[in-house]
Amino acid sequence: MIRRLLLAAALLVVGAAAHAVEPSERLADPALEARARTLSQQLRCLVCQNQSIDESNADLAHDLRTLLRKRLAAGDTDKQALDYIVARYGVFVLLDPPFEPTTYMLWLGPPLLVLGVGALLAIRARGRSDRDQPPLTEEERARAAALLSEHG
Amino acid sequence: MLVEIGHFGLVLALLVALVQGTLPLVGASVRSRQLMDLARSAALLQFGLVALAFAIFMHAHIVSDFSVRNVFENSNTAKPMLYKVTGVWGSHEGSMMLWVLMLTLFGALVAALGRLLPATLRARTLAIQGLLGFGTLAFIIGTSNPFDRLFPVPADGRDLTPLLQDPGLAFYPPFLYFGYVGFSITYSFAIAALIEGRIGAVWARWMRPWALTAWCGLTIGIAMGSWWAYYVLGWGGWWYWDPVENASFMPWLLGTALLHSAAVCEKRDSLQRWTILLAILTFGMSLIGTFLVRSGVLTSVHSFAVDPTRGVFILVLIALVIGGGLLMYALRAAGLNAGQSFAPVSREGALVLNNFVLCAGMATVFLGTFYPLFAEVWSGVKLSVGPQYFDKTFVPILTPGIFAMVIGPVLAWRRGRLTAALWRLAPAAIGAALVPAVVFAFDREAPPAALAGLALAVWAMLGVLADLADRGGAGKQPLGAVWRRIRHLPRGTWGYSIAHFGVGVLIAGIVVSSAWRSERIETVRSGDTIEIVGRTLHFVGVTEQDVANYHAQRAQIVVERPGSAAMTLYPERRWYPVARSQTTNTAIATNGLGDLYLALGDSDGRGGWVLRAYYNPLVPWIWFGAVLAALGGLVSLSDRRLRVRARMTRTSAIAAPAGSVEPG
Repeated sequence: MIRRLLLAAALLVVGAAAHAVEPSERLADPALEARARTLSQQLRCLVCQNQSIDESNADLAHDLRTLLRKRLAAGDTDKQALDYIVARYGVFVLLDPPFEPTTYMLWLGPPLLVLGVGALLAIRARGRSDRDQPPLTEEERARAAALLSEHG
Repeated sequence: MLVEIGHFGLVLALLVALVQGTLPLVGASVRSRQLMDLARSAALLQFGLVALAFAIFMHAHIVSDFSVRNVFENSNTAKPMLYKVTGVWGSHEGSMMLWVLMLTLFGALVAALGRLLPATLRARTLAIQGLLGFGTLAFIIGTSNPFDRLFPVPADGRDLTPLLQDPGLAFYPPFLYFGYVGFSITYSFAIAALIEGRIGAVWARWMRPWALTAWCGLTIGIAMGSWWAYYVLGWGGWWYWDPVENASFMPWLLGTALLHSAAVCEKRDSLQRWTILLAILTFGMSLIGTFLVRSGVLTSVHSFAVDPTRGVFILVLIALVIGGGLLMYALRAAGLNAGQSFAPVSREGALVLNNFVLCAGMATVFLGTFYPLFAEVWSGVKLSVGPQYFDKTFVPILTPGIFAMVIGPVLAWRRGRLTAALWRLAPAAIGAALVPAVVFAFDREAPPAALAGLALAVWAMLGVLADLADRGGAGKQPLGAVWRRIRHLPRGTWGYSIAHFGVGVLIAGIVVSSAWRSERIETVRSGDTIEIVGRTLHFVGVTEQDVANYHAQRAQIVVERPGSAAMTLYPERRWYPVARSQTTNTAIATNGLGDLYLALGDSDGRGGWVLRAYYNPLVPWIWFGAVLAALGGLVSLSDRRLRVRARMTRTSAIAAPAGSVEPG
């Protein structure tokens, strides 16, 4: 909830500013505009609480959206446009952090955890089923009794 | 005067909590009936004192007593009465009061309802709950006193943050806190069991209803919070993976795992140690959720220094509760019985997979939430972890869990047959293949991930129905008999069926609303029209008026759709002069299958207004699904009470046959 309070504070800072993407910012080329929208969802609004520039109504987000569109209109690839912005604002601006030494643990943590614990569970389950067979179910017990009485 | 009585009540409650947290523990170890019984009266008294303090605090807000600093900072005479009441928990101090009120309420409930609990277990559980109350009350009195006075008394207050002056946000903290704090009782039960050195089906039977109760509250709380974000933030998103949301989601994930493992514990006398550990960690996550986020440490490491006393107090409290709990676990868990064994393919096996998936998912959310903090501390790099990270990690981890959620209940306890189970679920599998195929036929550009998600949702929903039909003996009996059998299935079976169906509904809502959302953002003038998904929006104009404590700009938009009556929507912007802040009040028209979502943006000063129109298909299903899940929890809960009573009156001669329709 405090984040929401802070978000309220963020809204307070920008006051009556506009709301996320503005009609006036849009590029004429729909394909280029679509790329700009996708990219702007991956860029953090630096003065807000955990919002992308696509969602934010802060002035800085507006400036970044305009900058991003300028780069795309100038013929940048998606990567070049992002690199351009990262070079100016740091890696903090990327909501989708790149895979590099500082983020190895971030990206590798979940798969390693799943594989490691999964393997442990599998080994335990195998060991257990070798060691002690689970007791027979009622159904199996009944069948065994029937077979025994048939032959006995 | 009243305010001083409230303050005094808190201090008395602190002392009572100290008594409740110590003497009964001694009593339980020396088997002194009197000392043990002290826990009950202390728990009731502590609740009474905290409730009194809370009532006085609320009274100060209602009568706008600006001599109380908290009221001055968060209220205003012009504020509507509803928000004077709900503004009580809008501030830090107030939400701490709500927290401790819930904590003592749960203690009092155990004291009042737990007559049949073994005397030592009850005394120890209440004592641990008393210690938790002591820690929280000490925090409130020491660092966040809600009864702090102001002199001279100001004429009017600063008003509550306008975003909080909203019915959705007004009522969701109580649910959220009910959930968070509800897990304190399962924690206390777990520590008490560790002290006792014994745990069995009886322990799980006592603990599980509390876990279910807390879980239902947390589910509703998270759903309400997400709904609030959806309609108030003005761009149609409903989940942002931000630290505050994650903070409530992590205990929810662990709490869900706890419910399932406690079921195994109760029904099959297995997974006891794991259940204890989960109970400790779930409450640990609740604490981290409320306190650490509240301290602002997640926003920036530096904000911790803003109020060092609070920050240090919080850290010590968390370290004591989690560290103490884990220490107890390390010392005592080995002595607990290991439990019954089971084959990997069995209902227990499926529930272990469920626990594994939920815990791995929780660990991922934890890593994503706290990694920026760690990275900044270790390497000085400022990083962001946004929704894209969670989409790439959390979603693939949870997916097999949803798949198994359908198969698990169909498997027998102890040892099941996978092929037989899958055969019974054949109708669900056919549906899961058919629905995405039909959708693809209509929309050739549908993203593959969305089609896969759709298949999963259909699998979950139809799987539940196939399971119910199978339990009713469909195909082997006449339809009337099947229906009668299904109707008389135990409440527990109904409970999990409703909840699992709700998960399917939720997934359908998430997948469809993210993949097939439409958006139009235009600058419009009086008389302009916009087309969106077969609807024509006529922009009539904007009127301005002063209402209560805000100034409103209200747009009138007539929506026409061929074949149905025209309707008028009024998206609004509000300016709160006292708080100097602007809010958006979106207008949403829903028909249960999709939302038309309108938000009014800026004026260009020349009669043009930015209008943001979205059509979000199936988005209401997200909240329907969550409500169904919580409803399932409540239905399960009603089953439990009946059975506890039944056990009291009947002899224990009725043994359920193996692999029967016992709820999972």
